[in-house]
Amino acid sequence: MSKQAKVIEIEEVAIRFSGDSGDGMQLTGTLFSDTSALYGNDVSTFPDYPAEIRAPQGTVGGVSGFQVHFGHTQINTPGDYCDVLVAMNPAALKANFRWVKPDGIIIYDVDQFDAKNIEKAGYKNDPFEEEDVTGIQLISAPISNLTRESLKDIGLDQKSILRCKNMFALGIVSWLYDRPLDHSISFFNKKFAQKPLLVEANTKVLYDGYYYAETIEAFTSNFKVKPADIEKGTYRSINGNQAVAWGMMAAAEKADLQLYCGSYPITPATGILEELAARKDLRVKTFQAEDEIAGICTAIGASFAGSLAVTTTSGPGLALKGEAIGLAVMTELPLVIVDVQRGGPSTGLPTKTEQSDLMQALFGRNGESPVVVIASSTPSNCFDYAYMACKIAVEHMTPVILLTDGFLANGTEPWRIPDMNDFPDIKVPRVAPDTKNWQPYARDPETLTRTWAVPGTAGMEHRLGSLEKMNITGTVSYVPENHELMSHIRDQKIQKVAKDIPPLEIIGDEDADLLIIGWGGTYGHLVTALIEVRREGHKVALAQFNYIFPLPTNTGEILGRFKKLLVCEINLGQFANYLRMQHPEYPYRKFNKIMGLPFTVKDLKEAILKNLED
Amino acid sequence: MDVQVLKAEDFKSDQMVRWCAGCGDHAILSSVLKALPQLGYKHEDIVFVSGIGCSSRFPYYVNTYGFHGIHGRAMAVASGVKTSNPNLCVFVITGDGDGLAIGGNHFIHLVRRDIDVNLILFNNRIYGLTKGQYSPTSNQGSVTKTSPFGTIEQPFKPGGITIGANGTFFARTIDSMPKVSTEILLEAAKHKGTSITEVLQNCVIYNDMTFGDITDRDNRDDRIIMLKHGEPMIYGKNQEKGLMMKDNQLHVVQLGENGISEKDLLVHDAKTEFAGIHLLLANMDYPNYPVALGVIRACESPKSYDVKMDDQIEAICGKSKIHNMHDLLHSGSTWEVK
Repeated sequence: MSKQAKVIEIEEVAIRFSGDSGDGMQLTGTLFSDTSALYGNDVSTFPDYPAEIRAPQGTVGGVSGFQVHFGHTQINTPGDYCDVLVAMNPAALKANFRWVKPDGIIIYDVDQFDAKNIEKAGYKNDPFEEEDVTGIQLISAPISNLTRESLKDIGLDQKSILRCKNMFALGIVSWLYDRPLDHSISFFNKKFAQKPLLVEANTKVLYDGYYYAETIEAFTSNFKVKPADIEKGTYRSINGNQAVAWGMMAAAEKADLQLYCGSYPITPATGILEELAARKDLRVKTFQAEDEIAGICTAIGASFAGSLAVTTTSGPGLALKGEAIGLAVMTELPLVIVDVQRGGPSTGLPTKTEQSDLMQALFGRNGESPVVVIASSTPSNCFDYAYMACKIAVEHMTPVILLTDGFLANGTEPWRIPDMNDFPDIKVPRVAPDTKNWQPYARDPETLTRTWAVPGTAGMEHRLGSLEKMNITGTVSYVPENHELMSHIRDQKIQKVAKDIPPLEIIGDEDADLLIIGWGGTYGHLVTALIEVRREGHKVALAQFNYIFPLPTNTGEILGRFKKLLVCEINLGQFANYLRMQHPEYPYRKFNKIMGLPFTVKDLKEAILKNLED
Repeated sequence: MDVQVLKAEDFKSDQMVRWCAGCGDHAILSSVLKALPQLGYKHEDIVFVSGIGCSSRFPYYVNTYGFHGIHGRAMAVASGVKTSNPNLCVFVITGDGDGLAIGGNHFIHLVRRDIDVNLILFNNRIYGLTKGQYSPTSNQGSVTKTSPFGTIEQPFKPGGITIGANGTFFARTIDSMPKVSTEILLEAAKHKGTSITEVLQNCVIYNDMTFGDITDRDNRDDRIIMLKHGEPMIYGKNQEKGLMMKDNQLHVVQLGENGISEKDLLVHDAKTEFAGIHLLLANMDYPNYPVALGVIRACESPKSYDVKMDDQIEAICGKSKIHNMHDLLHSGSTWEVK
């Protein structure tokens, strides 16, 4: 640590790394956030990257960003605005300047701020004149040239040398926030085990960036963020997609079933399929199908054959899977459909987050086709809700749609590793082996669940299919009264799942006038806004829904306790409309954003304060 | 129940068969029922999967496990069943609309992956269940309810598609030759990998006699050739015709004319990996050629997809240090908070 610079202790910091999509900003951000988590901070991250793999270099369209928010206190969001922006070129500045705090720091690679790049980014003059940088500390660092200088004798070509410049930037920021470098170095050793030259190059540049920051007198101080006071235990870093995959694997282990994922790659859900494909050691079977429809249909076939079957997708894929979800409803087979929501309609905003598939999940099928719909609300609780989705699907012999979103999928946070013994058992409704005269559609009178007989079991041979089923026998039936009866049974069967889900809880002031209502991935921002508004002396409460259909049984009672209900969601009001259907006795206010981005705590606070007054 | 003593009757379900009187599907059902006891599988290990269409009612009439899916997706559902449990013997029942139009994508990918399922393609060149619209195999010019002035599109040839997708097994039979069908289905079931058996099937209501040229008993033998592996390609009422290869083309020749004898004829090699001649044979059409029946291609790959999938899992399980969720949860970078 520098002797000249003084050390200032701070509670929390948000840093945004940004550059061309080829500049390695996602990796830089990940190394920084993992280092901070290892150091003991609470951390939340948010990658913000374009759909194009390599958009034209130097343009705003090609800017890839990664925000890390870490602190000594509990961190629930990646932070609206950043304290430090690392801009590897003018386009990165252009795309991200709006997110820099008025008293923030911008560290930029001055070597990339030449006339050509400035023009490409869409600036007409000096970018720092065009943007209002009053109050912002500007650190002009010759990152490209110093990286070249650092590696000039190492024996790499120019292109490979310049690829290391992101580590120079990481070195600077690591010094500024007093982060150790060992995690990054051990990462290089693993990643480039076969290429020792790259280990050496990246390590050298990382150190050179660190010493550069220490040596120049641009920084008057560096900062210390003490470890957070978090629950004891063993931790790891996890993102939402990985947590979904692991939660499903955990459920399969608990239920003693083979996990089978039939799926098709789609942003931002692909990470789940990738994670599952890597876990052959846990006997997970993954089938990368020819399209979304084949993805779900292979899963349905696997479910018929006795696997715990899942399929993973995003909004456009859910649309394609609609008919097949109906098939699973009709055949009453367990199936989990994960929808990692993104901006729509159509291809929409593939890499951006949104909550606009709610109505599609609830109602986007032909016929009366009820399925359980649940939503996770943090990257790490994707594990818990994926587990619960599997448990409900198997125990109730039904498709379950699990909604996550692009923000949860890619966001990471430290996660206290759970003990598998703490998870509830999963009772598989298998046919008892000595059953005589088994009927495929005979039901448990309490739950209305039928039993599961799988091919290979002697004496239980039966035929299932997409045509309407005769009650009890499961044969094809066109009897009008039977269709009505079966429609009611399928509906009631899902309603009865409510008995197995926990009651809705409220956070904050029980005696407040205003209840903020959210669902799914907005939890971190809503709870942060709640904490800040309460800290300012206002009374307010929050109800975050994870179980959407059926709703928790105490929903009506809770909604009735508050004078004002403010439903906040990243769409045009789908959950508010759904609550209107389910509980028309209450008036609902709405706060909606639909920019492909998470809420900002700032916007939420304004909305809450406004609704407290009105 | 002992596998060996089962009879066709033992595989009939209690459901009333609802196809039209005179429909070719009845004969195919009967051929399949005769083949089933000879497969060496128990009832409970056999699964019939179908899509939507007349043929797709099939699973209801067989008392094994069965799954009647949605339109076009039988191939995908069956892929899931077989890869989930490779010990099962899986049949796919589909038609020219279900398997080659709405399900065409799944058809080629099933074949490409070479999953060990037996697909029976009921080809009647028409949409029957929707009452008479042209299908992807309808002859160009076919007059149907949706082509009142004749179709203007080229039909698919299922053999060509199968071979184009690197298929390892393609056979063809006719509904009206049930004994032949049973023999071919047994060959198909033995094949390790995807087997495609095209059954030329008459739709008595909407496309009657579409295969009349080659099913008519008086002329049939002059218009079809029954291919058998290792045997010369001879056909005709009096076994007087044959097929030769000349100038990269198949030629119909008369034995005894121009000095041509049996030894000049092509000998059928169903097992060769080389698909060129298989493609020519599969695409032969009357009147220029006889229509080929029998096993046209049966080139076995060492392992089917479903077996490779399990092998890969076993290999990785043997090497990995992660054996359960607890191991996984604690693998990689973790840290203690005290």
